[in-house]
Amino acid sequence: MKFSSNWKWAIAAIVIVFATAGLGCKKKSSDVFPATGVITGWEKTSETRVFAASDLWKYIDGDAEQYVSAGVVSTSTSDYKYQGQLEATVDVHTMKDAAGARKILETGTSDAKPIQLGDEGMQYAQSIIFRKGPALVRIVAYESTPDAPLALLALAHGVEAKL
Amino acid sequence: MNSRRDFLKNAATGAVLLGAQSKLGLAGKLDLHTEPGKSKVVIARDPALHGATAQLDEKRVLDLLDRAIAAYTGLEKPIDAWKRIVPVGKVIGLKTNGLGGKGISTHLALVLAVCERLQQAGVKPGEIVVWDRNARDLIACGLTINTDSSRVRCYGSDVSGFEDQPVSFGTANVKLSKILTRECAMVIGLPILKDHSSAGVTFAMKNMYGVVERPQDLHPGGCNPGVADLNCIPVIREKVRFTIGDALTSVYQGGPGFHPEHLWYPNALVVGEDRVAVDHTAWQMIERKRAEAGMPALEAAGRPPRYIATAADQIHRLGVNDPQHIHLLEI
Repeated sequence: MKFSSNWKWAIAAIVIVFATAGLGCKKKSSDVFPATGVITGWEKTSETRVFAASDLWKYIDGDAEQYVSAGVVSTSTSDYKYQGQLEATVDVHTMKDAAGARKILETGTSDAKPIQLGDEGMQYAQSIIFRKGPALVRIVAYESTPDAPLALLALAHGVEAKL
Repeated sequence: MNSRRDFLKNAATGAVLLGAQSKLGLAGKLDLHTEPGKSKVVIARDPALHGATAQLDEKRVLDLLDRAIAAYTGLEKPIDAWKRIVPVGKVIGLKTNGLGGKGISTHLALVLAVCERLQQAGVKPGEIVVWDRNARDLIACGLTINTDSSRVRCYGSDVSGFEDQPVSFGTANVKLSKILTRECAMVIGLPILKDHSSAGVTFAMKNMYGVVERPQDLHPGGCNPGVADLNCIPVIREKVRFTIGDALTSVYQGGPGFHPEHLWYPNALVVGEDRVAVDHTAWQMIERKRAEAGMPALEAAGRPPRYIATAADQIHRLGVNDPQHIHLLEI
């Protein structure tokens, strides 16, 4: 009876350790997304969703293959709005290593403007992509507005600081 | 905009008796003017569709739809044309594509325009189901989830679920959405034209990846022969009868996700019954744009859409990909 009771406690302890580890992992992924108001003008408008590599197709379907082949471990995504109007999505792909992040970044095109962000970054009129260590971040706005490039850059710096 | 939304909510529910129907209860061949052995594809364009702010002019979308359908059917009055397209008293599915997210999904204006014409042709609001993989994809199109059958319904396979028993053709062994198998008598595909990082191009046939439980299983080999095999599954082959392809906006590189740096406004609808011919035509549109932008052809980029030729081969016989057998009408 005593053995049985100890055994139950041991199981409970293991469950708690794993549950805490799981929560910690989720929290870490979510933490890279700046909360509303942290970056001037930006509001976080959705919960952060996290996709393991094996489930990435549920988010980006056919696009998932290139990330999986580059060694993606998980992808976190969240939506934002700037000054109540400009909508954007932030995707943070956590790769196995920096080489994986570099591989995806290299698929960019020549019309990108290089920017000082993380280890390497590029900016377009409506999007920013950069890498830092094993993280590859892509921020996309759904409209082209005059203030979009600067606003996106501010948000990108906010994410970069939390990586 | 408001009036069209109101129309969806308030449209009369009385069905109008339509013309003669086939044995399946589906409309017959829509294009009566193209010579036998040829497939007709219409590309209807309106360069003024997007205003200065890149916003779609919804009235012009409806007009463009009317022109496309009139050119395809040879019937000048939209209602007459739609009465030929849709069957009596059956549920019509509109399969959208919202996978790419908000920036590159089937346009709401097109969905609303099709719903409006369907109802004017006598389809009850509750007999229209706008559907896709899940709520997220539908919301990406600007749609609102609704399962109330007194109005146009709109929900994903995440609500309906999938059949327990898989069905097969070639490499495709899939569980189909119950919306396709149990709800719809006929499906009109409303795909959006995009470059695709592995398949090359995604449009009419590739849109069917959104009707199965695990589309990722069909991606190997640049989706070849996955796309062709999937479209040969009898329920897809029989029910997906018409395509009104959304080429109002497109991405010519970086798809199927939203890559605004490669966004492009073809301002066009691509319409046809033969999904192979529609896809071949759409592929050429993407190639022309890539050449114009100084990008390599999809073959050189290592991802030609080989599934189109496979779909036309002797095993699949889904349609024609030979330009000699495509009656392309550009208006």
